[in-house]
Amino acid sequence: MAKVTFRTDLCKGCGLCVNACPKGLLAIAADQINAKGYSPAVMTDMEKCIGCAFCATMCPDCIITVEK
Amino acid sequence: MAERVLMKGNEAIAEAAIRAGCRHYFGYPITPQTEIAAYMAKKMPKIGGVFLQAESEIASINMVYGAAAAGMRVMTSSSSPGISLKAEGLSYIAGSDVPALVVNVQRGGPGLGGIQPSQSDYFQATKGGGHGDYRMIVLAPASVQEMANLTIKGFNLADKYLMTSMILADGTIGQMMEPISFEDAQIETYEKPWALTGTDCKRKHNVVNSLYLQPDQLEKKNFERFERYRQVEENEAMWEEYMMEDAEICVVAFGIASRVAKNAIVAARKEGIKVGLIRPITLWPFPKKPLAAAAEKVNSFISVELSMGQMIEDVRLATQCKKPVSLCNRCGGMIPSPDEVLETIRNAQKGV
Amino acid sequence: MAVVFEKPKSLADVPLHYCPGCPHGIIHRLVAEAIDELGIEGKAIGVAPVGCAVMAYDYFTCDMIEAAHGRAPAIATGIKRCRPENIVFTYQGDGDLASIGMAETVHAAARNENITVIFVNNAIYGMTGGQMAPTSLPGQVTQTSPYGRDVNHCGWPIRVCEMLSTLEGPEFITRVAVNNVKNVNAAKKAIKKAFQNQMEGKGFNLVEVVSACPTNWGMTPQQALQWVESDMLPYYPLGVYKDRTAAKEGK
Repeated sequence: MAKVTFRTDLCKGCGLCVNACPKGLLAIAADQINAKGYSPAVMTDMEKCIGCAFCATMCPDCIITVEK
Repeated sequence: MAERVLMKGNEAIAEAAIRAGCRHYFGYPITPQTEIAAYMAKKMPKIGGVFLQAESEIASINMVYGAAAAGMRVMTSSSSPGISLKAEGLSYIAGSDVPALVVNVQRGGPGLGGIQPSQSDYFQATKGGGHGDYRMIVLAPASVQEMANLTIKGFNLADKYLMTSMILADGTIGQMMEPISFEDAQIETYEKPWALTGTDCKRKHNVVNSLYLQPDQLEKKNFERFERYRQVEENEAMWEEYMMEDAEICVVAFGIASRVAKNAIVAARKEGIKVGLIRPITLWPFPKKPLAAAAEKVNSFISVELSMGQMIEDVRLATQCKKPVSLCNRCGGMIPSPDEVLETIRNAQKGV
Repeated sequence: MAVVFEKPKSLADVPLHYCPGCPHGIIHRLVAEAIDELGIEGKAIGVAPVGCAVMAYDYFTCDMIEAAHGRAPAIATGIKRCRPENIVFTYQGDGDLASIGMAETVHAAARNENITVIFVNNAIYGMTGGQMAPTSLPGQVTQTSPYGRDVNHCGWPIRVCEMLSTLEGPEFITRVAVNNVKNVNAAKKAIKKAFQNQMEGKGFNLVEVVSACPTNWGMTPQQALQWVESDMLPYYPLGVYKDRTAAKEGK
């Protein structure tokens, strides 16, 4: 069981976390727009998250916190 | 009687800097000021200081910038072409409001010019040199004793006003030997809460910076800086008056030119010509007050310079062109003889 | 549950101004993590460059100074010589370090100045809008090499690590990349070592980080990281180019 938290307001929607996730659990939420005007990254299935922190490792804006 | 030692002008600067608490010197060899570096190279390691020969003038002024930001009394020295290279760093130091001492033992220019004495960096020193709105305190010694005194004064003023003090000397005074004393040295120290020391995790980080992308902030910063410059102009102008009480002609000269001018004035006085001297000791701030006062009394001014005539513009501004100002100059490393200055004084007397 | 990943303390809690997908943010974080893990936040003094990372002084919580273009190693020298007990680092791009500041770089390395240099190589001038850099690849299209970098006209890209490793001076010269998780983790290790070496007084440390510039390369962030792998790394091979201590110990 792991938990990933995004500071969505700071996300620039670059998608590097999406590519990094070995389980393919992240996505860019095309239907959302944050305060910066970007479509942010979101977790699609928290249950399956293994807490590897690959997403956070690749996030250039340091907006991801991972708990395990 | 104060203890006096016989020293070369350049060495007097170095020794005075050490006495003022300077423990960091960064420089690059160039004639005719290399004695300063040599003196520092010898002394600094013995007193726990740092002498470092940099790879370039540009690197040395940036080492000075770093050391100044770290809160140290720090200096570099060079001569004209080297100061041109340092101009970038001088602008950053000004824009970051950190104190430093820079010595320019001038030689003839432009370009590689020559290695003989000159005063042709007057504009560069007093009007800028680097880019942007900024000033440096410019001190012009006319003797070896003043090389020492003004170096100490320069450090004090730099720390007090958070800006660069430049010693604008020339090759003659740099190489000249005279007996001097350090007994009257007044060392002032100032708190530097802005310095880069490491936060020790006890305070917000200090940032030494000259970048302000918001125009209103940059303007505000410049206004603040110029308010400080205004105080410098009000409080720190220094000059010497010589035989000015009854003078009808006022010679204006600084540095080595003022010594030639004094000889010429003594000779002219023997001929009955009422001539005196105002010697700016600070070139910036320029001693406007005594010149403005003289403009009410004398008939004319003579600017004696080792350049094509640079200070003469400030003489005209300070006197608001109320009286004619003539120029007596040599350049390229040539120094006017007392007779040449005397001839100019005679001509001024005749109204030529 | 325990936190296994969060923003390091030494990275200020402010939004970074970098473009989406710009690895500068990753590299900033690695530097901040190294500072945190080594417990040197209170002793660190950073020197920001001119280039995209010009505002790095706002992003690190330690004392910072902003350098003139290319002069960071000279400024770091000035600071370190005054305050040898502090930990001094520069953060510089390719134009800053390998073009206008090459002399400062080479001589700081030659002196074995006890500092840490983080050199971000993304083969382009990012801040000014994508001009040819000293590390732009042969044939690379930029604003000032619109027909591709012609090496007969403007020379070959400079391999900084290889060049500096010919010097006797420096302690530690290494090239890493941040194009995938594995490389980011390796980069972190190298950066930490580069600080650790300074703490141990070993001398000059330079970590070249092969990075990307999606915006000025005209690629998506993902494409840019792929281009790092396919085009950058063959010209700029990863590895340790000099490690004096390891060499001495026969490693």
